[in-house]
Amino acid sequence: MKIDKKIVISIFIFFSLIFVSEIFAGDSPAEDFQTDECYKCHLENDALPKDFNKEDIHLKSGLTCAGCHGGDATKDDMDEAMDPKAGFIGKPTHEQIPSFCGKCHSHIQYMRKYRPRIPTDQEEQYYTSQHGMLLKKGDQKVAVCSSCHTSHSIFEVKDSRSSVYPLNVPETCNRCHGDKEYMKNYKIPVDQYKKYAKSVHGIALLKKQDTGAPACNDCHGNHGAMPPGISSTSFVCGECHVNNLNYFNESAMGKAFSENELHGCQECHGSHEIEKPTDEMTGVGEESVCLNCHDEGDDGYIAAKKIYEELKSSVALHDSAKIQLDVVKRIGMDDIDIGYKLQKAEQSIIKARTLVHTFDPEKVAKETNLSLKNSKEALELAQKEIKDAQIRRRGLGVATFFILLLIIAVYFKIRNIEAKGKN
Amino acid sequence: MDKIKNNKIFQWLHERYNLEPILEFVEHKQVPMHKHSIWYYTGGITLFLFIIQVCTGILLLFYYQPGVDSSYESVRFLMTKVNFGWLIRSIHSWSANLMVFFAFIHMFSVFFSEAFKKPRELTWVSGFLMLLLAMGFGFSGYLLPWNELAFFATKVGTDIVGDVPVVGELIKQLLRGGPDVTGSTIYRFYAIHVSILPLIFLVVLGLHLLFIQRQGMHEPEFYESLPPEEKHSIPFFPNFFLRDLLFWLLILDVLLFLAVFFPWELGIKADLFSSAPAGIRPEWYFMFMFQSLKMIPAKVLGIEGEILGIVFFGILGLLWLTVPFWETVIAGKKRPWLMKVIGLLAIIYMIALTIIGYLV
Repeated sequence: MKIDKKIVISIFIFFSLIFVSEIFAGDSPAEDFQTDECYKCHLENDALPKDFNKEDIHLKSGLTCAGCHGGDATKDDMDEAMDPKAGFIGKPTHEQIPSFCGKCHSHIQYMRKYRPRIPTDQEEQYYTSQHGMLLKKGDQKVAVCSSCHTSHSIFEVKDSRSSVYPLNVPETCNRCHGDKEYMKNYKIPVDQYKKYAKSVHGIALLKKQDTGAPACNDCHGNHGAMPPGISSTSFVCGECHVNNLNYFNESAMGKAFSENELHGCQECHGSHEIEKPTDEMTGVGEESVCLNCHDEGDDGYIAAKKIYEELKSSVALHDSAKIQLDVVKRIGMDDIDIGYKLQKAEQSIIKARTLVHTFDPEKVAKETNLSLKNSKEALELAQKEIKDAQIRRRGLGVATFFILLLIIAVYFKIRNIEAKGKN
Repeated sequence: MDKIKNNKIFQWLHERYNLEPILEFVEHKQVPMHKHSIWYYTGGITLFLFIIQVCTGILLLFYYQPGVDSSYESVRFLMTKVNFGWLIRSIHSWSANLMVFFAFIHMFSVFFSEAFKKPRELTWVSGFLMLLLAMGFGFSGYLLPWNELAFFATKVGTDIVGDVPVVGELIKQLLRGGPDVTGSTIYRFYAIHVSILPLIFLVVLGLHLLFIQRQGMHEPEFYESLPPEEKHSIPFFPNFFLRDLLFWLLILDVLLFLAVFFPWELGIKADLFSSAPAGIRPEWYFMFMFQSLKMIPAKVLGIEGEILGIVFFGILGLLWLTVPFWETVIAGKKRPWLMKVIGLLAIIYMIALTIIGYLV
C-alpha cells in the first residue's frame, strides 16, 4: 500500500503539537490547585483567607493549602480532610510561625529543588533579631515572617507586587513602626518613615523609584533586623560609602569618635533624615555641623573654615566655566576640550568632598587645586572660543564689505552698459 | 566683445577651433524683460548654489572619513580643529537647503508662467529630475555625519522605501547594504552622494542648460502678444549675466551670514543600540510627504495605508514629471485657469502639511 507523504507529515505534526502542548500544560500548577478539595470547599463557603492570591509563589510552585497547613486535600469530607491524623495543623499561632515557615525554608535539601541559591538561614537569623528575641520572650506583637511577607500573597522579592520589593519595604516596615498605638510599649520613635521619606535615600527610592537606593533592610538587615549599634553605624553606611568610611576611620576624628562612643556618620548626617550633603555643612556658617562640637578658634574650627573655602572656591570657578561652556555651545563653537576639562574639574570636586572625611584641609586642597586648574583651563579655552566667534563675525563683516563693494561695482557696470546700449 | 576678439589667446584659439559660432551665440542671445523677469534669476541662483555644493563638497572630501568609528569623528574634527572647516561644512549644509528651496521656487515659477509648454517639455522633465536628484543628495548627505537624528531619519526613510510595492524591499536592502542601517549604509550613501548622484546630475544639468540655450528664454503669453516695438529685451552677455552675478554675490553673503550666526549643528553621535529619540524628522523638503504618510490611516479599504501613500506620491510625482504632456489635454486653451488651480493646490498642500509636520 502506498502511503501519501503529506498524510504522514500531517499526522507527525499533529502529534508533535499535542506533545508540546502537554509539556506546557504540565507546567501549570493552577490545574492541580483547582481540583484541591481545601480550595474548592473554602471557595464555596467564602472562607478563603483575606489575603489569598492565586499568583502566590507557593501556589505557583505547586504547594497548595495542605502543603503548609497539613491535612488531606483529596478528601471532600471536611472531617477527613482536616483530621490531625492526616497531619492537619491548621492556623499556626503567632510564635509558631517562624518554625512553621522554617519547616521548609530552613531545609537546604528541600529548598534546593526550587531555588538552588536561596538562603536557608532566615529562621536562624530571625531569632537573633530584635523581633525574634522578643518573640522568644513571649511578645505576641513583634513581627514574624507573615508580618512582612504576608501569609497568602507571597511573591518573589524582585516582583513589584511583593510586600518586600525594594520600593515597598519602607511601607511594609511602617505598617507597624509608624503606628503610634501599636508601638507604644516599645518606647522607640514612630516617625522613621516620615524622616526617611524626606531623606536623600528616601527621595531616591520612593520618588525617583531607584531600587538601588537603600530601604530600611539595607541598613538594619532583613531577617536579623536590628538597630545598628554605636560601633557598627559607620560600617553600615560604609557598605556603600566605602571611601568616606575609610577616610573617616583613618582620621584623628575617627579615633576620637570611637573613644567617646559617638556614632560615626550619624553625628553629622543624622540617621533616617539624612539630607543631601552640602558644602555648607563644613565651614563655620549657620549650617555647619562642625560647630556642633568645635568652638571658634580651635583647630577643628580653623580646619572646617579652610575646607569650606577650598570647596567653595573650586565650585565657584567650575560654575562660572560651565556658564561659559554653555555660551560656547550656544554659538556653535568647539566645546569638546572645555567639556573634558570641566569633567575633570567636577571629578576633583567630588573627590574633594569625599576627602572632607579626612578632616585634613591639606588633603582636600590637593583635589580642589586640581579642580581649580582644570576649571581655569576650561575657562581660558571658552574665552578663546568666544573670542574666535567674535573674530568670525568680524570676518563676516569684512567679507560683507567686500561683497557689497563688488555688488556696487557690478551695479554701476550694469548701469554703464545699459546706458551705452541706449545711446 | 571687441576686447575679447582682440585678445591674443582668443585669437590663438579661434585660429584653430573657429570660435565664431560661440561668439555669434553669445552676442545674440537675448533675455526678454517684463514684469515677471525676476523669476528668470531663480534658475541661475539654483545653479550657483549647486556650484557652491560641488566646491565645498570637494573640500569636505579632504577630511571626511566614512565609517561607524570615523564619520562623526572626522566631521567633528573638521568643524573644531581644521582652519575654516566649520565654515565649509556650514556653507555646504546651508547651501544644500537653499538649493532645494530655490529649485522649488524655480519649478513653481516655471509652472505658473507655463514655460513648460511645447517646445520646452524636456527642459521641464530634466528640471524636475534634477529636483528629485537634489532631494536624493539631501537624503544621502544627511546620514554622512552619522549623528543620532540622521541615523534614525535614515532608518525611517529607508523603511518607507521598503514599503514600495514589489521592488521596495530590494531597494531598501540595496540602500542599506543589509537589513539594517549600519556602517555599510554609510559607505553606500557616501558612494551615492559623492559619485553616483553627481555624475547623473551633471548629465541632466548639461542637458537642461543645453535645452535652454538652444531654445532661448521662455516668453510669457502677454509678452509674446505685445507689438515688437514694446518688447524690451537685454543681451544675455554681459547685461543679464551681470545681474545674475549680483544675485549670486547677495546669496554668497547670505550663506556666510548663516554659517557664522547659525552654524550647522553636528548633534550627538549615532548609537546603533540606543532607542530612537523624540522628534525624529526628515529634512524639511520631505516633511509634507512624511506627514502625509503619518496621517493616512493604517488600513484603507483593506490596503496598508503607508503603501497607499507611497503609491499615491509615486503617481503624483509621475504626473508632475509629465505635466507638459497632459496639460494640453485637460487644460490647454479651453481651461487656462485649471493649471493655476492645480499649482496653487499643490503649494497649499505642501506648505500646510509641512507646517503640521513641524507643529505636531
